[in-house]
Amino acid sequence: METILFYILAVLIVIFAIATVSSRKILRAVIYLLFVLIAISGIYFLVDYSFLGAIQLTVYGGGVIVLIIFSVLLVHHVELELEVTPLKKKIIAGLISAAGLGITLWAIFTFPFENASNYSSIEVADIGRKLLSYGEGGYILPFEVISALLLAVMIGAIVIAKGKKLNQ
Amino acid sequence: MIEGISIYEILTLSSILFFIGVYGFFTRENLITVLMSVELILNASAVNFVVINTYLYPDFLQGAVFSIFIIAMAAAETALAIAIIINLYKLVASIEVKDTQELKY
Repeated sequence: METILFYILAVLIVIFAIATVSSRKILRAVIYLLFVLIAISGIYFLVDYSFLGAIQLTVYGGGVIVLIIFSVLLVHHVELELEVTPLKKKIIAGLISAAGLGITLWAIFTFPFENASNYSSIEVADIGRKLLSYGEGGYILPFEVISALLLAVMIGAIVIAKGKKLNQ
Repeated sequence: MIEGISIYEILTLSSILFFIGVYGFFTRENLITVLMSVELILNASAVNFVVINTYLYPDFLQGAVFSIFIIAMAAAETALAIAIIINLYKLVASIEVKDTQELKY
């Protein structure tokens, strides 16, 4: 059952990711990206890490996609189609990506992964303790850095988006 | 751990996703679609972190914690990039990559 679910999600992810990078209507590309993100949250649920799946749904599905749709509506005519990329550029990019994918897959399939025998799902309480612990292996410093970063980004986004016009 | 699925299959999926993002990053000519390709790349790396944590080192939480950090960074980066794109549209009335060649100084 879980195997079938995983393969369905994988096929959905690959199809909609290709649609995201090749669709010529920008709003449709955003919606395809939303499908990819939701399918990835499905994979998080499948590996029993439901906390990150919920975060993925709320942050990406609820935040990032809405932000991108807003910016598309602000700077684009919805009917406008994107320019066609020259075929030569497409071929070169495809060759580079295929070569990179080949090297990566070769590295993955020749490396002997040793699966752990004991298996436990990731609990939210453990993550909370880990994030706030200042002892050995604690993550309090990156946690604080991320919070400072988010504050800086918030202020920076407001200041930059207000901007001035060139002729002022 | 997913029943009947080994780590190789999931790593294959995330590498395919990563290189689709790289392809989009190379071929797209519009700033918003380039940003969407970057989102694909970041998601592929987050999947890798989670999967390697759950399959190989279930006693530790490094991958789980760092995937949360990746998502926070991605959200911050998107907000800032969208602000820059909107400001750029006010300045040059276009968000095509080829129209944005001039710096201020």
